[in-house]
Amino acid sequence: MDLTLKIWRQATASEKGKFVEYQVHNISADASFLEMLDVLNEELVRKGEDPVAFDHDCREGICGACSLYINGRPHGPDKGITTCQMHMRRFKDGETIVIEPWRAKPFPVIKDLMVDRTAFDEIIQAGGYVSINTGGVPDANAIPIPKRDADTAMDAAACIGCGACVAACKNASAMLFVAAKVSQLAVLPQGKIEARERVQNMVAKMDELGFGNCTNTYACEAECPKEISVSHIARMNREYLSAKLLSQKK
Amino acid sequence: MAKLDAKIPQGPLAEKWTNYKAHQNLVNPSNKRRLDIIVVGTGLAGASAAASFGEMGFNVKVFGIHDSPRRAHSIAAQGGINAAKNYPNDGDSIYRLFYDTIKGGDYRAREANVYRLAEVSNNIIDQCVAQGVPFAREYGGLLDNRSFGGAQVSRTFYARGQTGQQLLLGAYSALSKEIKKGSVKMFMRREMLELVVIEGRARGIIVRNLITGEIERHSAHAVVIATGGYSNVFFLSTNAMASNGSAAWKVYKKGAFFGNPSFTQIHPTCIPVHGDYQSKLTLMSESLRNDGRIWVPKHKDDAEKIQKGQLKPTEIPEDRRDYYLERRYPAFGNLVPRDVASRAAKERCDAGYGVGSTGLAVYLDFEDAIKRLGKHVIEARYGNLFQMYEKIVDENPYETPMMIYPAVHYTMGGIWVDYELQTTIPGLFAAGEANFSDHGANRLGASALMQGLSDGYFVLPYTIQNYLADQIRVPRFDTNLPEFEQAEKEAKERIEKLLSINGTDTVDTFHRRLGLIMWDHVGMGRNKEGLEEAIQMIQELRAEFWKNVRVPGKNEMVNPELEKALRLADYMELGELMARDALLREESCGGHFREEHQTEEGEALRDDENFTYVSAWEFTGDDKEPKLNKEPLVFEFIEVKQRNYK
Repeated sequence: MDLTLKIWRQATASEKGKFVEYQVHNISADASFLEMLDVLNEELVRKGEDPVAFDHDCREGICGACSLYINGRPHGPDKGITTCQMHMRRFKDGETIVIEPWRAKPFPVIKDLMVDRTAFDEIIQAGGYVSINTGGVPDANAIPIPKRDADTAMDAAACIGCGACVAACKNASAMLFVAAKVSQLAVLPQGKIEARERVQNMVAKMDELGFGNCTNTYACEAECPKEISVSHIARMNREYLSAKLLSQKK
Repeated sequence: MAKLDAKIPQGPLAEKWTNYKAHQNLVNPSNKRRLDIIVVGTGLAGASAAASFGEMGFNVKVFGIHDSPRRAHSIAAQGGINAAKNYPNDGDSIYRLFYDTIKGGDYRAREANVYRLAEVSNNIIDQCVAQGVPFAREYGGLLDNRSFGGAQVSRTFYARGQTGQQLLLGAYSALSKEIKKGSVKMFMRREMLELVVIEGRARGIIVRNLITGEIERHSAHAVVIATGGYSNVFFLSTNAMASNGSAAWKVYKKGAFFGNPSFTQIHPTCIPVHGDYQSKLTLMSESLRNDGRIWVPKHKDDAEKIQKGQLKPTEIPEDRRDYYLERRYPAFGNLVPRDVASRAAKERCDAGYGVGSTGLAVYLDFEDAIKRLGKHVIEARYGNLFQMYEKIVDENPYETPMMIYPAVHYTMGGIWVDYELQTTIPGLFAAGEANFSDHGANRLGASALMQGLSDGYFVLPYTIQNYLADQIRVPRFDTNLPEFEQAEKEAKERIEKLLSINGTDTVDTFHRRLGLIMWDHVGMGRNKEGLEEAIQMIQELRAEFWKNVRVPGKNEMVNPELEKALRLADYMELGELMARDALLREESCGGHFREEHQTEEGEALRDDENFTYVSAWEFTGDDKEPKLNKEPLVFEFIEVKQRNYK
């Protein structure tokens, strides 16, 4: 198939960006979206032009690196998958595809379609862990955990940290990302001990980094490649409220 | 040969690690603060090691090529992690896990290391559960297990089809905790270009900042390489795009020996190759072999009709199907180890029984399992894998069998290390897939996660102290020392040279060509003639690469083409060493199959008398033949037998 691509090009964080139009030809319908971009980049290199920079790595939907905003939607038109899992059979011959980076203030553009998502690491560093050291822990079966809770924790833990939720949200809110981690650890006995401090510290860090508020449009859930449910946001809100009410150290 | 001391502790097998820990040197808390450790890589081995060092009180600097530690390729491991817990009460034990791993590795791994691995496997599960890793559980609230290839017990712990992700996120959370505390400093989007050796000891690294292109110098008292494997030398592999062998190759060229470079794992269950634009291959977890049955048509004319699209697999009746693994290996059936399953698939396809339009695929069929257990059970077990398959292939595996074919997945070979995971350069350690230890000539499924976390959480934190104990009076190193200057100069010259060639072919063009040479001659089946040819072809391709590659742009920018070119330049050398190693090993063992050495039934034929050793290659200079050193493998506690899965 032949396609017209309108791609956001921006040389560095401080320079102004713009859309540039490219044509690609003879793309196989079985190629993945990123393989289509590989074809374009090889052509650009051969012509002596600067190839398009984009983040990617595992190309099987788990590392969370790929982050393209395709035709106005994070990770493109399909539900429940990352950009790298989308295949060109999803598009029509002759179609024009618009490709942009994530647009959110806390995710500044580095180059072209690459953005800086270190804000997510900072949120995890604010409390997204259980404060135990290596060694000296009880036997893995010492604390039975109801299957239902373990499954809920796994649902939340499936987050790949790609940032689609932020890109999808009109307020650039990171609530779904933060809630996924808070929720995972809040339902497990291992995480309960620090649950109060955790939710408060992570939410404070999220606010400090400039992520917006949640206004319950659920765009995050709709665009999440791992289909993480907004019910985790509800759990986080409960955790946050009760932590605030019960917190002694305010 | 004196250099190659594996430093295996004295005493009975089961007491070696305990004895080692009882008598090793330690560093007291106030001295730990004065010692710096560099960890390169943030996957399971790197993240767990860095976090543990930080907890102990060392100053740690951790480096990774991604934007976040959580993206390291450990994240892609699907199926699970082994441990000898024996929770299912099916006869497992530390000894049995040790035995299965040694046997699975075709008796080419070191007994003492593997026993230690089995011993600490149980600690790993405890540790991960305490971190909040949501392993699968039974209705009673206890942990669930499943089976993997090469074992007759269920010892694999899992978190849906995302076990690697969950374990990595556990290690990443521990790392994040230490970063917050200030004991670990994180340097992401940095790629190691050189090791700095001062007076014979590893003292630092040179890295390139992948955003600005700036070349940075970092010093430390010890350096840990945890940068994974080098499967991408084949271009098409299941590894992530950025996975590379450059750090391992750079330390090899600085004096660390390279162990068993030809030992490559070809994974039997991957989605077959479908086009020349393809950038990587996708693995379908080995766990699928718990319930899926592998077959090809029994009659060649059926296979031909399928290849032409005239017949569907669901139209072939039971008596016209050949479940060749169940036929050849009744005891283990579809759960034979990976090397055996891969070779059996190749054998059927080479004989003309393969399916798919290329004839290079076999079926993995869930029809029986769905009938037996119901679709919902299969969906709960493998839902995300089935979805992944459908996205890529555009076929519904609940209705028609999956098509699979072997693909390069893992490298058992790597930097040679002793029992302490120290390389032949004092102060330089290697962990996880980056080292050669533990898996011999073939790794069992669900053992890579086990080894990465074993090295990082439970081995290095001890052994590195034994080294650092006599370094407490060594002051921090100034990065203006001539050794740093020289290493930086080497890195910069390489970059400048690549940028100045301005040839006509792209980096990927060369990489694809290298991959084809490797797959055809240094892949699943190897022979003398092919390997000799490969060595020559790689040398010619390498010369052409340095004359005709086109790397656009400059150093001082985000430049993925330059990153790829630097990695490929190393692969062009590493590939040759792999072929040399394969050529020299005149036997078949594990994933290394020399066509000249097989039984009448087509099974791998080892030569224990002449090859019960680790080949440890020593760099002697560019364009000079590397020197082979041998570490003899002594089996004191296990009887060396022909592997039998029949």
